[in-house]
Amino acid sequence: MARSVDPAQRTIVRDSLAVGLATGTYGLSFGAVGVSSGLDVAQTCALSLLVFTGASQFAFAGVLAAGGAPLAGALTALLLGSRNTLYGLRLAPLLGYRGGARLGAAHLVIDESTAMSVTRGSRADARIGFLTTGASIFVLWNLATLLGALAGTTLGDPRSYGLDAAVGAAFLALLWPRLDQPLPRAVAVLAAAVAIGAVPFTAAGVPVLVAGGVAVLVGAFAVRPPSSAT
Amino acid sequence: MIWAAVVGAGVGCYLLKLAGLSVPERVLARPLVARIADLVPVSLLAALIAVQVFATDDASLVLDARAVALAAAVGLLVLRAPFLVVVFGAAVVAAVVRLL
Repeated sequence: MARSVDPAQRTIVRDSLAVGLATGTYGLSFGAVGVSSGLDVAQTCALSLLVFTGASQFAFAGVLAAGGAPLAGALTALLLGSRNTLYGLRLAPLLGYRGGARLGAAHLVIDESTAMSVTRGSRADARIGFLTTGASIFVLWNLATLLGALAGTTLGDPRSYGLDAAVGAAFLALLWPRLDQPLPRAVAVLAAAVAIGAVPFTAAGVPVLVAGGVAVLVGAFAVRPPSSAT
Repeated sequence: MIWAAVVGAGVGCYLLKLAGLSVPERVLARPLVARIADLVPVSLLAALIAVQVFATDDASLVLDARAVALAAAVGLLVLRAPFLVVVFGAAVVAAVVRLL
């Protein structure tokens, strides 16, 4: 018997592909930045294939461009990549992958694939959001990196099409349903304020990591439900 | 030397991703961990939005077309517009503001 496709799941696939498209095109910028920072085309593409987490890759290229040692670039990339450990922590019970599936899925644990799956109500929906977003970004990100690296800075900037604003709007749409309760709303406002405060003093990617600490602190100290908290 | 750093960063970032996915379920079932894990996506999404919209490549803060687009997205969400309308509506608003 052929399984019919749930219309709600079709919506998740469509939404995930849209985020994948908007994010994947950013690989153009990374490809251009990579070759202008002193990496060759193969090294730039290897970063997108192997590291596959945007902020870490931009940081690696940024350290090299500023004259830093390759090892310092790698360490900065790892610091920023620790964000994905937090994501994995949240995704593990939701996705429920084991063995080989987990080994494969791990590579796709990034900002967008996490965002498109953590708000789903069931494991099936979470997996669809995670895999569709992660796989479409992986394919497009790597193709776009190659294109961007070959073309250098002669290609147009995705920003001129407003795609940078599309990603912020997508994250807001995902966060929106959680904002109807006082505790998550307070955490969201605090985290955004902490991130903005950290931007001028830290490397790209660090503000988000620091803001993650807000969840840890509030989660640890808000022991009572919000109604009985002072 | 550059190649060693590229491969090292790749392997390290992969292991960081895998570490999160491999935390045993009984650890996540503890109330403290569950409460934190529940709030992590909220704080990370809020921070990602703030950085996406207000930060520039050279680590300064600006109010530009992206902020206008975010305001448009809030309006669309209040009106209960579908996800794709919110996302591409915001993109169109940003592109139009930049043309002005």
